[in-house]
Amino acid sequence: MQTAGGVSACLPIHSDMDLVWVRQHVRQAAAQLGFGLVEQTKLVTAASELARNTLVHGGGGQMECAPLEGRSPGLRLTFSDDGPGIADLDQALRDGYTSGDGLGMGLGGARRLVHDFSVDSRPGAGTTVTVAVWKSGAPRPREER
Amino acid sequence: MPEREAAGNQQTPEHAVGDFLLRRREQIAQRWADAALFRTVFTVSRDEAVEAGRAVAEALAAAAAAGRVEDPEANAFAVVREQLSRTAASRSRAGSTIAQISAEVDALRPPVTDLLRADLADASAERVLECTTALTVLMGTLRLVVLETVMSAGQELIDRQRLQLLEVATPVIKLWEGIVAVPLIGTLDSARSQVVMETLLDSVVEQHARFAILDITGVPTVDSLVAQHLMKTVAAARLMGAECIVSGIRPAIAQTIVHLGIDLGSVLTRASLADALAYALQQQGADIVSAVPSPASHR
Amino acid sequence: MTGSFPVPHGGHVPVLKLGDVLLVTLQGDLHDGTAEQLQQDISQAVADHGVTGVVLDISGVEIVDSFLGRVLAEIAAKAGLLAAQTVVAGMRPAVAITLVELGLTLPGLRTALSTEDAMRLLSAEAEQAPQAAKGAQGAQTWVPRSGRTCRESP
Repeated sequence: MQTAGGVSACLPIHSDMDLVWVRQHVRQAAAQLGFGLVEQTKLVTAASELARNTLVHGGGGQMECAPLEGRSPGLRLTFSDDGPGIADLDQALRDGYTSGDGLGMGLGGARRLVHDFSVDSRPGAGTTVTVAVWKSGAPRPREER
Repeated sequence: MPEREAAGNQQTPEHAVGDFLLRRREQIAQRWADAALFRTVFTVSRDEAVEAGRAVAEALAAAAAAGRVEDPEANAFAVVREQLSRTAASRSRAGSTIAQISAEVDALRPPVTDLLRADLADASAERVLECTTALTVLMGTLRLVVLETVMSAGQELIDRQRLQLLEVATPVIKLWEGIVAVPLIGTLDSARSQVVMETLLDSVVEQHARFAILDITGVPTVDSLVAQHLMKTVAAARLMGAECIVSGIRPAIAQTIVHLGIDLGSVLTRASLADALAYALQQQGADIVSAVPSPASHR
Repeated sequence: MTGSFPVPHGGHVPVLKLGDVLLVTLQGDLHDGTAEQLQQDISQAVADHGVTGVVLDISGVEIVDSFLGRVLAEIAAKAGLLAAQTVVAGMRPAVAITLVELGLTLPGLRTALSTEDAMRLLSAEAEQAPQAAKGAQGAQTWVPRSGRTCRESP
C-alpha cells in the first residue's frame, strides 16, 4: 500500500479500486490520530461519499489528506476534480437530490458526518470539497480493543 | 527584542541578568526553598525544594541569555513548565486559588531583586534600573507561564471528570436474557446522548439483546435535540436487528413533545420501565403469570 | 480486500444455498463493481432456485455508504418481487450509527442481530406463511417451494 505510515497523502481517484484505497487510507489516518471507532466509521463513510462524487460526477480527481493541529488532533480531506462543476449548490446539498443513480445522500449526508464542510464549485471550473473532523474529547471506554 | 542598545561593549541587561541568575543560582535556590510555593509542595525534603529552585533559576537564566525575557513560548520555559507543572498542579489540587498561586510566584521576585541589587552595587543607577526592569519582566513572564500551567491542569481535571461523569451516568443493565436497559438520569446533551447511543448499541451486540430499553423517567426535559437523538438511537438499533423501546415519558414531557411538534411516531414507547419489560418479554414469547392482577394491566 | 487480486469468479461474493435460504456473507471493503455484480447474482440465484429467503450477513463489513446501502435495499426489493424475504444480519453499531447520521434508515429492510436470528426469523415466517396465504397480506410472501435441490436438515 502506497500510503502506509503517514497521515498526509495525495491519492488519485480514477476507479473503483481508488475508492477502496481512499477509504483504507482515511481509516488508517484516523486510527493513527486516535479517533474512536464510531468517529473513524463516520469519517471513512463521508470520504467514500465524496470520493465517489469526485469519480462519478467530476470524472475523476484526487484526495488530499492532511493532519490538523488544535486542542485535539484533526484531519482535513480535500477532494478536487476538473469536472463540469455544480450549477446549483443548494440543490446539490439537499437530501434526495441526485444527478446520478444514487440515493441522493452523497453531499448532504457527508456534510452531516463531519464538523467542517465547504464546497467550492463553478460550472465548468471543477469542484473542490473540503471537510475537517476533530477527534472528540471523550474517548470511548469500550474501544480499547 | 532589541529594546535598548547596549552602551559600548557592555552586555545587554538581559544578558547581564542571565549571567547573574546562573552565577547566583545556589543562593537563589536556597532562598526560594523557603518561599511558600516550593515549601508547601516539597514538604518531605528541603533538598528537593532547593533542587527544583535551582532548575527554575537555570531555566530563567537560559531564557534571559537568549534575550527572550518576555516570551512565554521561549524554549527555556519548557523546563520551567515541566518543573512547575507538578508544583502548581498540586497547589491547585490542594485548593489554592489562582490569585494565591499568582501571589506566591510573585513572592519569588523580591529575594532575587535584592541579590541583583547587591550584585550591582558598583554600577550606575541607570544600569541598575535597566537590569532590575529586565529581571521584573522575566519574573512576570514566569508568573504567566505558571498560571498557564495551572489553568491547563485545571482544564485537564475538568475534562477527566466530565468523562468519568459520562461513564458513570450511562450504566447498561441486563434485565433479562436478550433485554438490556439504560435508565437515564439528568439532562441529556449532545455529547451524552452520543455516549448513551454507543454504549447501548455496544451492549446490544455483547448481550445479543433483541430488545433495548431507554428509560427517560429521570430526564427533566426533552427538547427537539434530545428527541432527535432518541429517534436516531431507535433507528440505529433497528438497523442492527434490535428493537428499542423508550419508556418513562412523563405527562409533562409528553406535552412538550406534542407542543414542539416532534413526531415520535416511529418510536415504540411505553409508560414505564415495567411496561417496556413486559412488552419485551411478551415479544420473546414469555408468559407473565401473576396471581394478583397488577395495576399496569388495567391501562 | 479480496478485490485487489483476481479471485475465483472475478471478485464475486459467494452465494450459498442452505435449504430454502440463500446465505451471502459480505466481508471487508467491497468494490462498487463487486457489489453490483452481487446484486445480479442474488437475483439470478433467487430466480433459479426458488428460495424463500435471503440472508445478507454484513457483520464483517466496516462501512456502509449510500452506495452499498442502495445495493442492500435493491437486493431486498428485487428478491421481494421474486417472493423471497431478505434479512440483513449483524450490522455493527458504528455502521448503524453512521447510516442513521447519513440519513439512511433503510425503512423497508428487515434486520436481525445475527445470521442465526435471521434464519430463525425466516423459518418462523415460512411456517406461518401457509396460513397467512389465505389472507390478503401474506399471499405474496409465500410461494410453493418447488426448487428444493439440496436441503440439509440440521
